[in-house]
Parts: sequence; structure tokens; C-alpha cells
Amino acid sequence: MNIANLVAEKGSAIVPMPLQIKAGHLLYKAKRKAGIYKEFPEFVETTVPDVSTLAIDDIDVSNPFLFKQNRWESYFKRLRDERPVHFQKNSLFGPFWSITRYEDIMFVDKHHELFSSEPFIVIGAAPKELSVEMFIAMDPPKHDVQRQAVQGVVAPKNLKEMEGLIRSRTQEVLDSLPLDKPFDWVEKVSVELTARMLATLLDFPYEKRQKLVYWSDLAGGGAATTGGSNDTDELFRGMADMAKHFSQLWREKEAKTAAGEPGGFDLISLLQSNDATKDLIDKPMEFLGNLALLIVGGNDTTRNSMSGGVLALNQFPDEFTKLKNDPSLIPNMVSEIIRWQTPLAHMRRIAKEDVELNGQTIKKGDKVVMWYASGNRDERAIDQPDQFIIDRKGARNHLSFGFGVHRCMGNRLAELQLRILWEELLARFGNIEVIAEPEHVQSNFVKGYSKMMVKLAAK
Amino acid sequence: MASITFIEHDGTEHAVEIEPGKSLMQTAIDNGVPGIDADCGGECACGTCHVIVEGKWISTTGSASEDELQMLDLTPERDDNSRLACQINTSEAMDGMVARLPEFQM
Ligand code: HEM
Ligand code: FES
Repeated sequence: MNIANLVAEKGSAIVPMPLQIKAGHLLYKAKRKAGIYKEFPEFVETTVPDVSTLAIDDIDVSNPFLFKQNRWESYFKRLRDERPVHFQKNSLFGPFWSITRYEDIMFVDKHHELFSSEPFIVIGAAPKELSVEMFIAMDPPKHDVQRQAVQGVVAPKNLKEMEGLIRSRTQEVLDSLPLDKPFDWVEKVSVELTARMLATLLDFPYEKRQKLVYWSDLAGGGAATTGGSNDTDELFRGMADMAKHFSQLWREKEAKTAAGEPGGFDLISLLQSNDATKDLIDKPMEFLGNLALLIVGGNDTTRNSMSGGVLALNQFPDEFTKLKNDPSLIPNMVSEIIRWQTPLAHMRRIAKEDVELNGQTIKKGDKVVMWYASGNRDERAIDQPDQFIIDRKGARNHLSFGFGVHRCMGNRLAELQLRILWEELLARFGNIEVIAEPEHVQSNFVKGYSKMMVKLAAK
Repeated sequence: MASITFIEHDGTEHAVEIEPGKSLMQTAIDNGVPGIDADCGGECACGTCHVIVEGKWISTTGSASEDELQMLDLTPERDDNSRLACQINTSEAMDGMVARLPEFQM
């Protein structure tokens, strides 16, 4: 048992949450100093080789530059065609299986009794001392109980209440954009809009909303977890700060309710009004985990879909014309954007027993990575998968939200935000032109953009 | 003709012919009944083909598997008579059955 859990169970009510994380951080640093933990090597960028020059066994799709250098398509195509269930024994993240075809990914995702989500769902390992408890990384029955407690906040019924607010906040952002002048779409639109949405969802102090983005980027971008470039000490400090802010928010809401103010539709109000979760604050790691999961889950996923859609319409200009001629295609296009972009490239599992899959034997205890990014381009399941087709038939049948009990809880919120964005964009602008190659994020998990320069034209 | 009636949340009714052996989800989709997304294509893995079967008909549809119950648990609009339409095989015995669509799919 690690210190965080120990403290959480034994003395959570007395030890404030940020201090618990600080204690975990000290322990982590001590272990690193004592050589128990090795510092994860920093990734140094080199040119990703042409996949046809490699032996099949040497292909390592955990290389975080595959997406950054935009070489991933040929790599996964080769795996799908030649070795759809592929074993890489020597990656920096340890040995792992890659599942690359649509049908096999569906199989793994559905069978949680064969493939466990514990202890974590990205390819690398998170520091043990920071084991906040997220239900995305729990198996049933514990997962089901925790998810049910919070799913109301993003349930379509609640979203209907929030739609007006999301729309007006989107309008504000779009109305502030310059015409005929280059700017970074990622920073000005995608990041800003998702920050506003998260602040709305949590009723988080609006002027501090960039903090949500910062914490979430920290949590998702470690070298050891996803091949990113964040350092672990910064992660601990960020998580302690997040714990502090979230406990404050909880206490303030509690005080307001006690003073007779009506409860809102935000996450914390909902948690406090539900018997199963009204004392969640007394279980700090679970409390933190649930909140962190919502901000991480809803941050770069939606952000990169907002950027990805613009890029896709620039790469497929006929589709842009089609869209302008028929804005009723927006809902279908939203699904197509989410498929084409696949904002989360993978989810990871651990085999709970030996499993035979597509001619390979996965051994109990092996790491299994479902590459949604590959399954969404599987010619066997999807017609012309590399094409972006806004009126594609069956556009909803993509893998980007996963399937089975862990299927994305925020899927309707993501779709709603993207639908509103495109409705408001078409109402304002005649064109959104990407004027330079976008920059891609360094990660094997987050498939997205760090910069994308665009120019807007009036309608 | 043996038929099943789907009732949308707003009350719109759709009577569709039963093709024995076809799933209730596919029957709805093939007849253009709105309100069923079927994102996973019938794999019991997305929960977006949720229907609420009326009254006594629930026993005619057979019983839900463990997997189905687990997916239904994630559906905010779950009801005692909730089923996933992709897990119901239609038959002539369902002539006259009514299935209501929830306001939203998960
Ligand atoms: C386009 C946007 C999004 C994509 C592509 C996406 C993708 C995913 C994926 C792949 C999973 C895991 C599925 C599996 O293991 O089978 C997941 C789970 C989850 N997502 Fe999303 N997500 C998006 C938006 C959001 C938003 C906006 C939120 C919340 C505000 C959110 C919250 C969650 C949560 C809480 C889970 C865990 C569900 C569970 O374990 O039961 N996601 N998402
Ligand atoms: S179609 Fe996905 S659960 Fe029925």
C-alpha cells in the first residue's frame, strides 16, 4: 500500500488533502534520491524512420514522435496488415501488445473481465505516490458505483440546462477573433473554449480557469506516462495546488447551501446533493480523482477536436463547401471529426488471463494497448478510412470514445460543444484558412496540436 | 402484418413490421425510427440503443444478460423495463409490442 492511500484511509479527515500530496511528493523524492526510482529518461527527438525499413518486431509505436512528426498512419497500417496483434518487447515503457484492428479493439474493450483497467490506462506508469483514484482506472464493480455517482453532471438532461451558457461563452470567444489577421487557433479558440467549459462544469472561479488547463495538461503529459515532456516534481506541485483549490470550492459550496442558496447544475453541487457522494471530501484521493478525471477527460480531447476539425476541412476543401451549403450536416460532421482526429490515441489494459487473439497468445499480466487511432483507420471496418467525409454513413460507429463499461462519459458534452462551435462559426465566418503546417503534441496518448496558425475571412 | 410500435419521447408513433430474427435495434434503424444511435453496431457495448419496453411485453423480450445490465446501469434514464434493443431478437410473438424511446441516449 502506498502512502497516499494509507493516509487517505487512516487519517483523511484530519490531514488536509494538499498536505497528503506533499507527503507523497517527499516520499517520491526520497526514493529517487536513494536510487529506488530511476529518473525517467528525457525523450530526445530524432527523425522517425520510414516504417518499410524496419523489421516487424522492431516497430515501436510507443515512440512519442510518431504523432508529433505525423508519421503514425504508415506505422499502424503496416501493423494492421502484417501483425494486427503485435508484441514489442523492448520499449521504454516496458513490453506491450498493440491491438490495431477495429474488431479486435472492440473485443478487448468489451471484455473487462479478461482485460483489467487497473492500475492505470496509459502506456506508462504514474508515480505510485500520486495514486489518486479515478474510476477510469478501476474495474467493476467499484468502477460502476463511482461512475454512477458523477455521471449525472454530464448526462444529456443536465446538458440541456447548460447549453445556453455554453453557447453564449462560445459566442464571446468567437466575437473577439480578428479578421484577415493570422493567429493561433489552438491558443485563442480551442484552449480558451475548453477552459471556459470546464469552469462552467465545475463552477470554478472564472478568472482562474487557465489553472484547470494547466493542471490537466500536467496530469496528461508526463514523460514516464505518455512520452511527454513534463517533469514529475512539477506534477506533484500542480496536483497539490489543484487539491487546495478543489477543497476550497467544495467548502464554499457547502457553506452556500447551508445558507439556503439553491444548488446549481455544476459537478460539486450534484455531488453534494447525492447521498452516495455527499461526504466525498472525506475520501480525498477519490474526491481528487473524480474531479481530476473530469478535467483531464474534458480538456485536450475536446480541444484537439476543435483544432482537428478546422485542419480536416482545410485538407478536404470540398467538404468545407459541402458544409457551407448544408449546415444541417454539422451533427454528422462532429462524429466524423472525432473519428478522423481520434484525440486519445490509445487506452491500456492488463490481461487477467491468457487470451488468444488473432493468432497470438497474450499472457496473463501482459500490457495490452488498444490503438483507437489505428482502429479508426481500419479499412476492414470503415470505408475509405483516411478520407474525411462529413456526410459519412455510420459516422457514429467510431472507436474514439471507446466501448464497454468505460465508454466515455463526456461523449454528449463533447458532441454538444463541437456542434455549438460549428454552428456559431458558420454563422460568422466565410472561411477559416490554415496558413502553416500545424505543430503536433509530443505524446503517444494525446493526439493533437500545440499550434495551428489560421486566418479568418468574413462571411 | 405482425408489428411493433416505437413511441418517441415526444409521442410520435412508428409502427414497423417484424422481420423475425432481426434485432429490435436493427428493426428500428432499417425503418428509419429516430432516437436510436447504435454507436457500437449491436455489440452491447455503447448503450445508445436503449428502449423501455411497455408493461407485460418485457417478459416476451426474454431476460437481459449480465453484460447488458451492466451497460444499462450507466444509462441515466434507466427504468425497470429498460432493455438494449440490439440484445432483443424479434419474433412473431412480439406482434403488438410497444417500445418507448428515452428522451436521450447515453
Ligand atoms: C472528443 C472528446 C473526447 C474523447 C475522444 C474522449 C475519449 C475517451 C475515451 C477513449 C475514454 C475511455 C474509453 C474506454 O476505456 O473504453 C474516455 C473515458 C472517459 N471520458 Fe472521455 N473523451 C472525450 C471527452 C470527454 C469529456 C468532455 C469529458 C468530461 C467532461 C470526458 C470524461 C470522461 C470520463 C469521466 C471517462 C471515464 C469513463 C469510465 O471509465 O467509465 N470525456 N473518454
Ligand atoms: S447498439 Fe450499442 S449497445 Fe446496442
